[in-house]
Amino acid sequence: MSVKQISVFLENKPGELNALTGVLADHNIDMRAMSLSETNEFGIARIIVDRPLDTATLLKDAGYVCTVTSVLAVDIPHVPGGLNQVLNILSDAEINLEYGYAFLGGRKDSAYMVFRVADNAAATAVLRSKGIRVAEEGELESL
Amino acid sequence: MERYYQPEIETMPRDQLRALQDERLVKQVRHVWDNVPYYRAKMEEKGVTPDDIKGVADLHKLPFVTKADLRDAYPYGLMGKPKSECVRIHSTSGTTGKRVMAFYTQHDVDLWEDCCARALTAAGATKEDVCQVAYGYGLFTGGAGLHGGSHKVGCLTIPISSGNTERQIGFMQDLSSTILCCTPSYAAYLGETMKEMGLGPDDIPLKAGIFGAEAWSEEMRQDIQKTLGIKAYDIYGLTELSGPGVSFECSAQQGMHINEDHFIAEIIDPDTGEVLPDGSKGELVFTSLTKEAFPLLRYRTRDICQLNYEPCSCGRTHVRMAKPMGRSDDMLIIRGVNVFPSQIETVLLNNGYAANYQIIVDRVNHTDTLEVRVEMTPEMFTDNLGEIDKRQKQLVDGLRSMLGLSAKVKLVAPKSIVRSEGKAVRIIDNRKI
Repeated sequence: MSVKQISVFLENKPGELNALTGVLADHNIDMRAMSLSETNEFGIARIIVDRPLDTATLLKDAGYVCTVTSVLAVDIPHVPGGLNQVLNILSDAEINLEYGYAFLGGRKDSAYMVFRVADNAAATAVLRSKGIRVAEEGELESL
Repeated sequence: MERYYQPEIETMPRDQLRALQDERLVKQVRHVWDNVPYYRAKMEEKGVTPDDIKGVADLHKLPFVTKADLRDAYPYGLMGKPKSECVRIHSTSGTTGKRVMAFYTQHDVDLWEDCCARALTAAGATKEDVCQVAYGYGLFTGGAGLHGGSHKVGCLTIPISSGNTERQIGFMQDLSSTILCCTPSYAAYLGETMKEMGLGPDDIPLKAGIFGAEAWSEEMRQDIQKTLGIKAYDIYGLTELSGPGVSFECSAQQGMHINEDHFIAEIIDPDTGEVLPDGSKGELVFTSLTKEAFPLLRYRTRDICQLNYEPCSCGRTHVRMAKPMGRSDDMLIIRGVNVFPSQIETVLLNNGYAANYQIIVDRVNHTDTLEVRVEMTPEMFTDNLGEIDKRQKQLVDGLRSMLGLSAKVKLVAPKSIVRSEGKAVRIIDNRKI
C-alpha cells in the first residue's frame, strides 16, 4: 500500500522553504515528514502531511507548482541491520529506488523509511511476503 | 599623413558627392522598378514612379523596406538580378523566418571589398602589412568582407577565421601580423589570453585592429588598445546592405564615415517615418546606390543613431555616424548574433513551457552572456529531478539550434517573473556599453 506525498517546486534562494512552511502553518497542516533535494538553482521539497489532498489544493491556490506522488512507507525496526534487511529484499527483487528518506513517526521501536519505486504494488507484495510491514493508506495521516 | 584607398572619392567635395548620389539614385530606382516586382508594387501602392525621383531630395517619396519585407519576399523576392548573374550569398545567423539572405553579383562583391579596403587603409594598412582576419568565415559577412578588402589593399592575408585562440596568438608571433580583424569581444579575449600566457603588447608586432559586428564602448576600446598595444577602429555594416564597410572609423576615431558614394543615410522618426533634420537622433535608414543583386531602397535598420556632417580632421568628406545607441525594435545583438525574443518564445512553446520568460543579457569579461528564465508550470513539473534536468537540457539544445548561441536556462517559481502593469518585462539588458 502506498501513501501520498506532495512534491513542491522551490527556487534555491533564501526564504523559499520558509514561505512554504508559512502556508502550511497558516492552514494548520501538520507535517509528518519532509525531505529536500536540490540542484544549483531549484529544489524539490517532498512532504507527507495529515491532509494531503487539502494541502495540494491550497498550495496550488497559493501559486505553487506541486504534484501528489504515491510512495511506499516501510516499517524499519530499531535494531542494527534493520534497514539492511529491507534493502536486501528489494535488491534481490531488482527493485530500483529513485529516492528515499527516513522519519521516526513518534514511535519508540521502529522508524519509517519512505521509498519512491516504479511499481508500489509489486514492491509492497515482495516486502509483505518476507514479513515486512508496509504502511497502510491513511496510516501516516492519522499518526 | 592620412592615407586613403580611393582618395578621389573619399575626399570628394560634398556638392560633387551629392551630384553623384543624385545620378546613381535615379539609375538605381529605375533598376529596382524594372527588376524587383515586390518593390515596384510598394511604389505603385504609394503612387510613386521612377519619374518622380530626380535626386536625393526626392528620396523621402519612396516607400521603406523593413525586415518584414525581407521575410515576405524570402528568399528571392527582392533580388534585382537573375540567379545566373549572382555569384554569392551571405546570411545572418538565426534559423527562423528572421534569417536575412543577401545576394551579390561579382560587381557587388567588388564594390563591397572596396569599402572594406577603405576601412583597412584608414586604419593604416598598406601592402606591407600582414592582416589576420579572425572574423568567422562562411555565411557571416565578417570574414569574407575583410578578407576581400585585405586582398585589395595588398596585405598578406591570413584567413584564420575565428576561434583557437592560442593558435591565433602563435600566428601573430610567427608571421608578425600587423593588422587584426575580428569582433571587439574576441579582441579583448585575445588580449586576456595573451596576459595569461605571460605575453604583453611588446611581444606582438600588431599595430591596428578593425573590430565590428557588435556594440562596444569607448572604455572597451581603451582596454583593447592597451592590452594589444594597437589602435582599435570601429567598422559598421549589415548583411542586408553588403556587410562590414558600410561605414568605418578613420584616425580621428570620432564616428564612422559612411561610404556615401554607395549608400545614402537618412535619420527618421521610428514612429512616424518622417525624415528628421540633420544632427537629430533617430532610426538609421539606408538606400544602396550601387548594389545590383540586392538593391534595397530606404531600408530601415532599426538602429538608433545620429549623423555628423561636420568636416573631419582626416580629410574625408563623407558623413560620419555615431555608434548606434540602441534599437527601435526588440532585437538584441548578443555576441554578434541577432536575437529576437520571439525566437526564444517559439523554442519555449515547442518544448512544452509556457511563454512566461525573461531574457537577461549581461557582459562578463567582455563577452555577452544570455540567460533565459523560465517559469515552472504544473505541466512541466515532475517529482523526478533527473527528468526536470533532462527537459532543461532539451531546452538549452533547442535554444542553441534556434539562435546559434548557448544560453543558460534558469527555472524559476511560477509568477515570479516581474510583471509591470500586467505586462511582463521580457528583456533585462545589464550590459554597460
